[in-house]
Amino acid sequence: MKLPPFEYACPTSISEAVALLASHGGDAKPLAGGQSLVPMLAFRVASPSLLVDLRKLAELRQIRITDNGVTLGAMVRWREILDDARLRTAHPLLVAAVEHVAHYQIRNRGTVGGSMAHADPAAEMPGIAVTCEAQIAVVGKSGARVIEAAAFFQGPLMTALRADEIITEIRLPQWPAKRRFGFQEFARRRGDFAMAAAAVFYDEDAGKLARNAHVGAIGVADRPLRLNAVEAVLDDNTIDDSIIAKAEAAASAAVDPADDIHSSGAYRKALIGVMVERALKGAASIG
Amino acid sequence: MPVKFEVNGKPVEVEVEPRLTLADCLRHHLGLTGTHVGCEHGVCGACTVLVDGAAVRSCLMLAVQAEDAKVVTVEGLSLEQGLTPLQTSFRKHHALQCGFCTPGMITTAHALLSEEPGCDADRVREVLSGNLCRCTGYISIVEAVLDARAAYQRDGKRP
Repeated sequence: MKLPPFEYACPTSISEAVALLASHGGDAKPLAGGQSLVPMLAFRVASPSLLVDLRKLAELRQIRITDNGVTLGAMVRWREILDDARLRTAHPLLVAAVEHVAHYQIRNRGTVGGSMAHADPAAEMPGIAVTCEAQIAVVGKSGARVIEAAAFFQGPLMTALRADEIITEIRLPQWPAKRRFGFQEFARRRGDFAMAAAAVFYDEDAGKLARNAHVGAIGVADRPLRLNAVEAVLDDNTIDDSIIAKAEAAASAAVDPADDIHSSGAYRKALIGVMVERALKGAASIG
Repeated sequence: MPVKFEVNGKPVEVEVEPRLTLADCLRHHLGLTGTHVGCEHGVCGACTVLVDGAAVRSCLMLAVQAEDAKVVTVEGLSLEQGLTPLQTSFRKHHALQCGFCTPGMITTAHALLSEEPGCDADRVREVLSGNLCRCTGYISIVEAVLDARAAYQRDGKRP
């Protein structure tokens, strides 16, 4: 459908953008890449009175890599993540996940901040943020604050963002070079939304035992999940076929997805186990 | 509100409502009806155009967001006389039937071949997975794109 009417502003500073959002009493929306928001407008799921375009805010477009980790400006596009050779070592799990984000044309426009604010339960970036314990820096009329990813996502398309707040950065903690990781996603067609996806990583101690295991599940609940029960299966163990089989069972047991038009809940429950299994096999370099 | 940008190498200035998509602006205000509008919510790829060199869905971009951008449509990827190598390849391989999806296929394939003239069949399929075709079954389209690689490798950016 044609989009509903709205006003449009294209501010040149973050403070101006925040003031514009605040001035419309919760009825204004920031416009990042538009790859989720514009379809929402077309479907009339959203009909804000004002769109505040963030495209002129150059400070939101930076990718910074330091000893503290990777910081992605909210307006960094998927394409820019895939084109940045540094990220293949600085955060290979992020790159592996972004390779599954949408289609070619969407990746040229879509942004990490937009995906976070949209908070689709089947989207990759929110899942990576939760799995990696990212921090989300936001700014609003009452100032800047930092939200932990686990507290940021509150339900389907619902976040801790206030109506006058803009995401400025997503901060991913430092990634050790020897960390083992895997990302697996199942979709009907590559680039479509995940029916289920798993992101896993762990470090290894001198005896090759897994430490600090993190397991994230995408597309199986109303928001991305950390699967603590699966992490407990992995920690302090050698990641071999028998541990991976236990992790697969624990992953399926840990979720209770609803039936929907794409599949039954039972199918998704089995699928997340398989995604965790495959991601762990990749991480452990097991055939 | 007024918006100025460049389309197929020519400067344009149009007066539009903020809610007008770039796709509708191209078609209705600028008469460039080669850009097709299929789904209007970013799924079918028929409306793909190049914005500052990158293939994007023009139904998911507002015309006002194109301010100062260089837009190239399927009309801008043709020659005054004769066919481009990509068009020739589409004809040779029967890569279209009804033709509705073809503008999006051409613009997307052009962007891909300009950036990655050495791409393999898997990459072509992955990139074209964002463009729906209900006639051909895609095989002939993939073959046409693969066959056009030589021209892009030889001459760089086309047309």
